[in-house]
Amino acid sequence: MNNFFLYLAVMAGVTYLIRMLPLVLMRRKLQNRFLLSFLYYIPYAVLSVMTIPAIFYAVGNWHAAVAGFAVAVILAFFNRSLVKVAAFSCIAVLAVELLEKF
Amino acid sequence: MREVNSFVKGIRDGLPICFGYLSVAFAFGIFAAANGMSVIEALLMSMTNVTSAGQLAAVPIIASGGTLIELAVSQLVINLRYALMSVSLSQKLGKSVRLIDRFLIAFVNTDEVFAVASSQDGAVGRKYLYGLILTPFLGWSAGTLLGAAAGQWLPPIVISALGIAIYGMFIAIVLPKAKRHRPTAFCALLAVALSCVFTYIPGLKDVPSGFAVIICAVIAASVMAITVPVREEKPNE
Repeated sequence: MNNFFLYLAVMAGVTYLIRMLPLVLMRRKLQNRFLLSFLYYIPYAVLSVMTIPAIFYAVGNWHAAVAGFAVAVILAFFNRSLVKVAAFSCIAVLAVELLEKF
Repeated sequence: MREVNSFVKGIRDGLPICFGYLSVAFAFGIFAAANGMSVIEALLMSMTNVTSAGQLAAVPIIASGGTLIELAVSQLVINLRYALMSVSLSQKLGKSVRLIDRFLIAFVNTDEVFAVASSQDGAVGRKYLYGLILTPFLGWSAGTLLGAAAGQWLPPIVISALGIAIYGMFIAIVLPKAKRHRPTAFCALLAVALSCVFTYIPGLKDVPSGFAVIICAVIAASVMAITVPVREEKPNE
């Protein structure tokens, strides 16, 4: 538990400083094009890295994971909301896992 | 410059963000519980960090007993975009915002809060901002609490299926954008390719997961920022 609070303090501290320092100290707009572009791309890069291949190991077995992944990709492609995509992805996984059980 | 400074309007603008956060935080709570965190630990993490991607990256690092350096660097890289948003938000603050308010508002300057604050005509005042951040903070905390608690009593097969929820949300964030903006699609594909390299190639797969996420994301975003810099002024639309 002690160890957890150390982790917590580090992550909360770093995250808060990133948000607080510019808001308190900076008054000018960023001009550097590389930096602006990098900051635009980084969230998409991070989410992509965290999703694949991890999604295929996220549930009981890989058949179910592939079904959940396929459903998520199809619904996201048609611009469904975050909640809908997540919910139907879970339902697809559950369906495959139940089918394989019986 | 006109200043938007109604607490009630802030609450009203924050509610849709709050509802969105409930579901994402619920998925985070499940994820945290599945990785061995207690309900209290998951709740504390959400209440002190208020960041989705950063917290998600932190959970496996903590679960695997990663180093504090790995954790700190992962948060720095993943959350660096908030620095840009804070710089931008600092230009929007009205005269009513005191120094102490800047310290407090910074705590909940998330992607969505920033987007809503930026979209106001004219400057934003302290009362409006406090209203705006209040319900998203509560939604993020409550969703985490419910998700982590649900992780304790739902049947294992349902918990297992819910494990994919957070990834479904990630796909729902990246894919629609990648469809409209081809460089974002290339960025995502490059990031995925690198991620697979760091997962399967001997030698590289021993790199701790937190560092691997950082390395892959920084390479992909840098390559894209150099080859296809974004043109628009508001890079975090």
